[in-house]
Amino acid sequence: MNFLVNYFSGLGKSTLNRVNGVGAASIMLYGALFAFPQWKNIRLTISQIYIVGVQSLLIVMVSGLFIGMVMALQGYTILVNYGAEGSLGPMVALSILRELGPVVTALLFAGRAGSALTAEIGLMKATEQLSSLEMMAIDPLRRVVSPRFWAGIISLPMLTLIFSAIGILGGHLVGVDWLGVDAGSYWSIMQATVEWDKDVVNGIIKSAVFALVIVWIALYKGYSCIPTSEGISQATTQTVVYSSLAILGLDFILTALMFGI
Amino acid sequence: MSENIVSITDMQFYRGEREIYKDISLSVERGKITAIMGPSGIGKTTLLKLIGGQLTPNRGSIIFQGDDVHKVSRNRLYEMRRKMSMLFQSGALFTNMSVFDNVAYPLREHTKLDESIIETLVKLKLEAVGLRGAAQLLPNELSGGMARRAALARAIALDPELIMYDEPFAGQDPISMGVLVKLIKALNKALDLTSIVVTHDVKEVLGIADYAYIMANKTIIGAGTPEQIKNSDSPLVQQFLRGDADGPVPFHFPASPVEADLVGDSA
Amino acid sequence: MTTRKTETLVGLFVALAIAATMLLALRVVNQGMAGNSETFTVKARFDNIGGLKPRSSVKVGGVVVGRVERIYLHKTDLVPIVELQISTEYANTFPDTSSLSILTSGLLGEQFIGLLPGFIFPEDLARIEEDKVCETTSLNNCPYLTEGEEVFDTKSALILEDLIGQILFKQGSE
Repeated sequence: MNFLVNYFSGLGKSTLNRVNGVGAASIMLYGALFAFPQWKNIRLTISQIYIVGVQSLLIVMVSGLFIGMVMALQGYTILVNYGAEGSLGPMVALSILRELGPVVTALLFAGRAGSALTAEIGLMKATEQLSSLEMMAIDPLRRVVSPRFWAGIISLPMLTLIFSAIGILGGHLVGVDWLGVDAGSYWSIMQATVEWDKDVVNGIIKSAVFALVIVWIALYKGYSCIPTSEGISQATTQTVVYSSLAILGLDFILTALMFGI
Repeated sequence: MSENIVSITDMQFYRGEREIYKDISLSVERGKITAIMGPSGIGKTTLLKLIGGQLTPNRGSIIFQGDDVHKVSRNRLYEMRRKMSMLFQSGALFTNMSVFDNVAYPLREHTKLDESIIETLVKLKLEAVGLRGAAQLLPNELSGGMARRAALARAIALDPELIMYDEPFAGQDPISMGVLVKLIKALNKALDLTSIVVTHDVKEVLGIADYAYIMANKTIIGAGTPEQIKNSDSPLVQQFLRGDADGPVPFHFPASPVEADLVGDSA
Repeated sequence: MTTRKTETLVGLFVALAIAATMLLALRVVNQGMAGNSETFTVKARFDNIGGLKPRSSVKVGGVVVGRVERIYLHKTDLVPIVELQISTEYANTFPDTSSLSILTSGLLGEQFIGLLPGFIFPEDLARIEEDKVCETTSLNNCPYLTEGEEVFDTKSALILEDLIGQILFKQGSE
């Protein structure tokens, strides 16, 4: 009997904590989103785009290249059986634009930039930099969280576009230059199949949604972490795990909404 | 003129389930150095955060210059915070900026001064703490004492009326400690500040304080001028001043009797 | 000076993203029928549409001229009606005697609608010139496919099962 009561009170407590967490995270989201239009913040945002965007560029470009190359290699070996290797172009382009581009870039971004954001904010909290901002009458949401937030939301779609373009070029490299698919049919069948609003724009929308979720999780985890070394490492791990799960889950929902019946 | 800049009445504060303060009242006189002493881990930093409005007490009020810190609007609180300043134990310098930029930061945020005026002001503040030569260093290139002095320069950048020192002497070598003691005293006088110094370094702080409170067991156990404190006949105060291991402030964290714990309550 | 370097690199990053977008827009994406160009609607009824789907292409001799917009069943006749959107670039181009057939690209490819243009008698051509029937508001007399017009000459999709059934039936009867 006692055991049952304990169980339920534990359940209630953890539910309340979670609801509290979601509430706090929403308040943070609100604060960060609406703290944007200030000249000083734009400059801070640019320097954050450098950190989360430009510094993620190399890993994104290399991954894009290799994923495009692998797609072409795998696709070719299957399509050539049906004499349909001319369809390699649309196969590579569609799978990268619709799925691999947004999802893989988002996963890389969560690992590369999301974890760094959590660790940075967590350390700022642990070293009392956030408290000290507050005591200086400066809202840390405005000066610390918001620029990082917007930088992430701006950077990820751009990274995704770059990833997709390089992936398609990588597919060309392997499919056309190496395996000998006709360059004309690689591009022309691709052009006949791929559509701007349906494939490219939907991919960008996906990556913008992923960006929002990743940065939100990363910043909230950093902001609310226990300010000790274990707390920060735990928060960093949680950022990567939660963002990755959120990306994959949301990807299914978005795909169903965009391409489903 | 003995007006109180901060006064706390019947304040009670819980962190989670744990009671940190039980009905404490204290006041800080304008222009004076007030020391708040007590053993580690009783939440002296918490007290400063309560005054700064970062934490909210469960009961009681904290008045800063006539306004209740926890009843005013957020904007008003931010205005009030411009008049107070806090020196954190770790210094809390922004690690991605040079010492110069750290000190300039509050000026750049809160004023629309010309960069040339800011430069002059920053140099003056750094000169006051003796770090003008270290302006271009990054915080991780500073020693602990220097970092704290740099943070002090940042704390006085906006010419606050109240400055709160959180354990300014903790972990400092005797020379740095002497420098900081001298600085606190000198700044208080030169800038017409009010200072609250939270510390457990009794000897240093009693040398400069005008008034002192001793806290233990969730409440204030002694108050008075340094003379009165030294001559206090309260056993608690005397234990704290002499540094006895055990006494009215117990050596042990509250626990069940050791026999029961070790033998186990198999009965 | 670090801010200057940062800003430059961010600028390069933005330029790279724009370049990627341009590559996608110009080389990857289907430009002919981007979806935002002007179109007009033509209806056609089929007996069986096979695997035709909305957004399948409409081709004339392999050139994409439009897309399938909507497929639905006629309420009383119970036959599929297909609505096609043809680019206005081809307005007043296809005679209304044109025929539509549902074709398959390659053995396993997707299905599309092949438009086989009909013909117009030379005397009609002269009449069009004279009366300007295609420039009035009511287009009833216009001998070209126009907005809302229905195409009657249609050939349904080839159903593989039916075909096999016919062959078996033929062999059985021999």
